[in-house]
Amino acid sequence: MSTLSFAASDSMTMLRRNLRHMQRYPSLTFMLLGQPIVFLLLFVYVFGATLGDGLGAAARGLGGRAEYVGFVTPAILLITVSSAALGTAVSVAIDMKEGIINRFRTMAINRASVLTGHVIGTVIQAMLGLAVVTGVALLVGFEPAAGPVEWLAVAGVLLLLTIALTWLSVALGLVAKSVETASNTPMVFTLLPFLGSGFVPAASMPAGLRWFAEYQPFTPVIETIRGLLLGTPIGKSGPIAVGWCVAIAAVGYGWSKHLYAKAQHQ
Amino acid sequence: MSPPAISATGLRKSYGDKVVLDGIDLDVAPGTIFSLLGPNGAGKTTTVNILSTLASADAGTASVGGHDVAADPDAVRAVIGVTGQFAAVDNLLTGEENLFLMADLHHLPRREGRRRAAALLERFDLTEVAKKMPITYSGGMRRKLDLAMTLVGDPKVIFLDEPTTGLDPRSRRIMWDIIRDLVANGVTIFLTTQYLDEADQLADRIAVLDRGRLVAQGTPDELKRLLPGGHLRLRFADAALLAEAARLLDMSTQDEEALVLQVPTDGSVPALRAVLARLDAAAVEVDALTVHTPDLDDVFLTLTGHAADDTNGQAADRSEEMAG
Repeated sequence: MSTLSFAASDSMTMLRRNLRHMQRYPSLTFMLLGQPIVFLLLFVYVFGATLGDGLGAAARGLGGRAEYVGFVTPAILLITVSSAALGTAVSVAIDMKEGIINRFRTMAINRASVLTGHVIGTVIQAMLGLAVVTGVALLVGFEPAAGPVEWLAVAGVLLLLTIALTWLSVALGLVAKSVETASNTPMVFTLLPFLGSGFVPAASMPAGLRWFAEYQPFTPVIETIRGLLLGTPIGKSGPIAVGWCVAIAAVGYGWSKHLYAKAQHQ
Repeated sequence: MSPPAISATGLRKSYGDKVVLDGIDLDVAPGTIFSLLGPNGAGKTTTVNILSTLASADAGTASVGGHDVAADPDAVRAVIGVTGQFAAVDNLLTGEENLFLMADLHHLPRREGRRRAAALLERFDLTEVAKKMPITYSGGMRRKLDLAMTLVGDPKVIFLDEPTTGLDPRSRRIMWDIIRDLVANGVTIFLTTQYLDEADQLADRIAVLDRGRLVAQGTPDELKRLLPGGHLRLRFADAALLAEAARLLDMSTQDEEALVLQVPTDGSVPALRAVLARLDAAAVEVDALTVHTPDLDDVFLTLTGHAADDTNGQAADRSEEMAG
């Protein structure tokens, strides 16, 4: 077998291992899935009516809660992705404490396969999570204007974002000295949609925060998804979003590989 | 003679300013058990880590199965199996799934993987717990599962890092039998241990490691010849009896404060009987008697001039400096 097919088959083996872990320890999956759903319900039913009325220029003219469901759903989809990525940092950090990683390192297997297995596992988990969260959003009144092509594009952008954030989380899981640190650092990902155009328009924020909101990576992703789902203007957000995702994925992947290699040659 | 299965020359390794290995040379012949004997902190695990490609040496060269560990680690990994001191099993997979995982990572066909897993479970008496999580296993069972995982890939060279540390005597015996079986099938075994009796029971050759240096190397018999023999400790009721006994018994040394006499012995019953008969004949009554047989402490005392558990010598020196 060639090196490449070894890499593929080892990664698949590791993926099966990670899926089995998720199955054996479902509480982590439920917690990660639960968080975006709680946020969705909270923002729609508690804050939704007021925030929807205040949307102003960003509104489609529905007003109130109905308006806000549409506005907030893209941000909730992002939080779903962040949440799944956070789970990867935790499970990578837990894994690194286990003796089995040292066993893998003494075997003639593809080096990155342990990490690739985690990433693919999370991508599958995130995609399932996104489907569930989208379902809940539709149930609470989300009325997207997207056709099949737009939906496909949304799936593509979210997939790219998942891969990017997950590789970055793998690195954060590897660099963390403890499992607690690994679970805290990627929390930033969950916070970032709030400091962007996820929950309220960036234009409504004070100057400094607004500047940050406009230039941080999550904003173009949210704008792109919102545009694809609701038909609002996307502008340059599309390519910027893709650029951010590719850059984060590349940094995360390179950093992860470096950390994993370094850990074995102490 | 065939080339050595494991060979190392001048291995050095430091972590920060702490020298862990200070020039290790060793050769292990194929199909034999080689034991690295030493107390905690002597550098046993570091040696295993370097030879099994987990860590890189600061200096020196090493080869396993004819492959250089630094230049061609993947070729080394393809011929070795490692069972470390801490069980390297996946706690969220069942015993059987752990073995399947190894079979998949060795790219065995599915049917062959299943066959080997079943055979190993049977061989190590784990069939009944095959579908349970290792977390429910006893220490001995976990260690057996760990070793079974190592064996799935049919390794030519097996590293066992303190395979019986923490096991009860019965599990220890079982593990010894398994190790003997392995080597009977032509596998080379590199075993580290803190127990002299374990090395004595299993090894063809023993190297004694102390503070990163090999202080002795040889067959168990050669090493034992380096040891001081055992001795009898006889305690007496008063100084007069002690003096009288010392006069009667050749080569004895007396500790007048403790009223104890040490008499060299080979530990045999006739030797013991002879000593007691001589004392009896002179009506010298013995208060208490203990037989002391040589152990790892004696090896260390003899070879290094310090006790085996005195591994923090360097740290103690440093703290004294700081205090002064």
